[in-house]
Amino acid sequence: MSPPVLEKTFQASDPVLQDTETFEVNLGPQHPSTHGVFRMNVKLEGETIVSLKPVMGYLHRNHEQIAENMSYLGSMPYTDRLDYFNSMSNNFGYALAVERLAKIDVPERAQYVRVIMAELTRLVNHVSVIGFLLNDLGAFFTPVLYAFREREKILDVFEEVAGSRMMCNYLRFGGVKRDLTPAVTERIKKIVRGFPKFLDEFEGLLTRNEILCIRCQKVGVLPYDLAVNAGITGPMARASGVNYDLRKVDRYSIYDRFKFKIPLGKIGDVYDRYLVRILEMRESLKILEQALKEIPAGPVMNPKFAALAKAPRNFKPPKGEAYGRVEAPKGELGFYLVSDGTAQPWRYHVRAPSLINLTVLEDLCLGHKVADAVIILGSIDIVLGELDH
Amino acid sequence: MTLNQNLSTVESGLKSELRKKGIVIATLEDFYNWGRRSSIWPLQFGLACCAIEMIATACARYDLARFGAELFRASPRQADLMIISGTVTKKMAPQVVRLYNQMPEPKYVITMGACSIAGGPFIDGTNVLKGIDRYIPVDVHLPGCPPRPEALLWGITELQRKIDGQEIEKNEWYQRGLKREFPIPEFGPKGLIPKFNPDVWRPETASRRRERYGDPILLGKKTAAPKFETFGDPNVKVGTV
Amino acid sequence: MNPAEIKTKLESEFPGIPIQIVGEGLLLGPEDLVRVARFLKESGEFKMNYLSSITAVDYLEHLESVYHLYSVDQRTGPVVLRVRVPRDNPRIPSLVHLFRSAEFQEREAYDMMGIRYEGHPDLRRIFMWEGFEGYPLRKDYLPENEDVLEWDDVEWLERHGVTVPAEYKQYAQDLKAAGKEARAERPKPGAEAV
Repeated sequence: MSPPVLEKTFQASDPVLQDTETFEVNLGPQHPSTHGVFRMNVKLEGETIVSLKPVMGYLHRNHEQIAENMSYLGSMPYTDRLDYFNSMSNNFGYALAVERLAKIDVPERAQYVRVIMAELTRLVNHVSVIGFLLNDLGAFFTPVLYAFREREKILDVFEEVAGSRMMCNYLRFGGVKRDLTPAVTERIKKIVRGFPKFLDEFEGLLTRNEILCIRCQKVGVLPYDLAVNAGITGPMARASGVNYDLRKVDRYSIYDRFKFKIPLGKIGDVYDRYLVRILEMRESLKILEQALKEIPAGPVMNPKFAALAKAPRNFKPPKGEAYGRVEAPKGELGFYLVSDGTAQPWRYHVRAPSLINLTVLEDLCLGHKVADAVIILGSIDIVLGELDH
Repeated sequence: MTLNQNLSTVESGLKSELRKKGIVIATLEDFYNWGRRSSIWPLQFGLACCAIEMIATACARYDLARFGAELFRASPRQADLMIISGTVTKKMAPQVVRLYNQMPEPKYVITMGACSIAGGPFIDGTNVLKGIDRYIPVDVHLPGCPPRPEALLWGITELQRKIDGQEIEKNEWYQRGLKREFPIPEFGPKGLIPKFNPDVWRPETASRRRERYGDPILLGKKTAAPKFETFGDPNVKVGTV
Repeated sequence: MNPAEIKTKLESEFPGIPIQIVGEGLLLGPEDLVRVARFLKESGEFKMNYLSSITAVDYLEHLESVYHLYSVDQRTGPVVLRVRVPRDNPRIPSLVHLFRSAEFQEREAYDMMGIRYEGHPDLRRIFMWEGFEGYPLRKDYLPENEDVLEWDDVEWLERHGVTVPAEYKQYAQDLKAAGKEARAERPKPGAEAV
């Protein structure tokens, strides 16, 4: 028996075939591509996204509520757990806010140590994010292996100075917890010397990779105006050409002493975000080199506040409010504190860059395929601990 | 459940004697458990900070593959082991229980980090679940905030020890009529309904707490740390819902 | 630019507008917020085109929403705006149509403090689930006591075939008969507002 023959063969351009029903797909909260417990309600027309609603809160740990029932110093370990890739920069932001609130001076050497740690954290973050972005692209786990190899080297430094690999809890109001020993300084210098070689290797594998280029270029384009209007910060905004880096704008701590450039993208697509992160790592290395060369000797803790760690409830900043913000690797991390003159903050608010950078997720994903939504989310670089705080 | 010594009928002296001659003998149970423990497939399921340490464990330096547990599966239908790596919030708890229900037998659970054991540092949070063992049984508790990758390796080997001690005839999942699925909690106006599943977990009364840990620890005085058992309370019956 | 200068500029732009300097910020009435924010954003002098942070604060007598505005082009800022609303009927006009960055932050403030941002396109709870009662960051919020079962839990468990121990059931029944809720105890906030 011969197979039945259709009277008319359908073409892809036929209107009948294109008329598909929209259907909803739920990505998450347990989904390998969502970087944690994040959920996207996606409406699809065929394979094209027509609507995307992020659902968060699956890691809402009441960070602010807990901090308002705790001494100021007691919140420091909790800030580690906000953006758990970058505990040092979270500490930095919080310490800056409290120091602004209580008008605490920080010794010279401690400033340098802080900058060194913050920049090392930036390396950790960017290298891991690129690894995970590649993971989302389908290069399963190999780039992460490269990234985590370097991450481990830096985590060893953190462990040596702070005692913990990930949750460093290293900064104190008025300084840092412990001084850098010469051995640690040597180790950091070694990392800084070796890192460009790794970056070249990484870039050699990735930057001109054809698949990476095809998948990332012209995908998820974020225009300049939208980036500013939606409060996008960090590498994501700079990939869209927004020249706004708090290290240059606010010049907090001692960032005005170092020579470094702010890499800017032109198009604002996923590829630009990738490139901006790579270039930022190279600039961070420049800052590290200068900081390691110039770091003076001296105390790392303001002597007036050195006893604070033993009796944190004696620390009562004057009544008032302060908003401290730093350029965390993910964007502008701000802490808004209201003090009522007691040992507990009356209000403690975190301006989480992950949360606010996610505002434009729907705009970026509309018209793309589901597979592109995954890499767009990867390029935004969210961490759920901070997003949901 | 307790850790059983593996009851082999062959004397150990004879075993080693035969081994010298190049003959390896073992019971069926040995082989069965050896196969199972050497290919644990964990669920690819990260919740919070500890997930990053879990990834680090799977990476080159700590190399989880040495223990045969490197194959992270994205679907619970293909997974043997659920590593609950991070804070379980009340919003997430129904999904965790659902994932557990979807896993095929035999299934194991490791709670990684203080948060998933009992709320950890976030125990005061309104939205934080005070331990996932309120809803599902847990095999290995792994303390730390976060536990180092070495600790996760310890947890995996501890689970392997447990698997080694299991007997085919007494395994729960071969029992007739047993279905290890637990009701999935629902969102209520104040929190989850129910607050815990009394089949799995019960709050400790003061007398029971004293029974287990001795007198309450006075300020400034530390008694010995509570005994670190791999399993939950033996008095609580697990299963049959 | 200090708050006093901004205040005089705003007063010359909007004659008769009630503005008060509180801390580093300017206290506005809820009805003036949108026009002031639009002026700050669009005037050539300020160009405050970047709304960095929105915070809600519970001051016991009233709720307050705090806005931090910066200028990306001129690299100036912050201009801090405050709006106070009563606790029982907190309504503030939304800034989403001026600044997209307000979208999630206003939802967060609504979720945690219960401030209704009028004109927000999608004002739902962001972190807690729909159907959750109460606002966890208000100072009078009491979380539930999680170690005792209430009657709802007992009913639910029995519906799902779980046998509830008699003493738990009895406790839940007593609680229900007394008309009480199992809430955690928490020290009262005794401190004064700023």
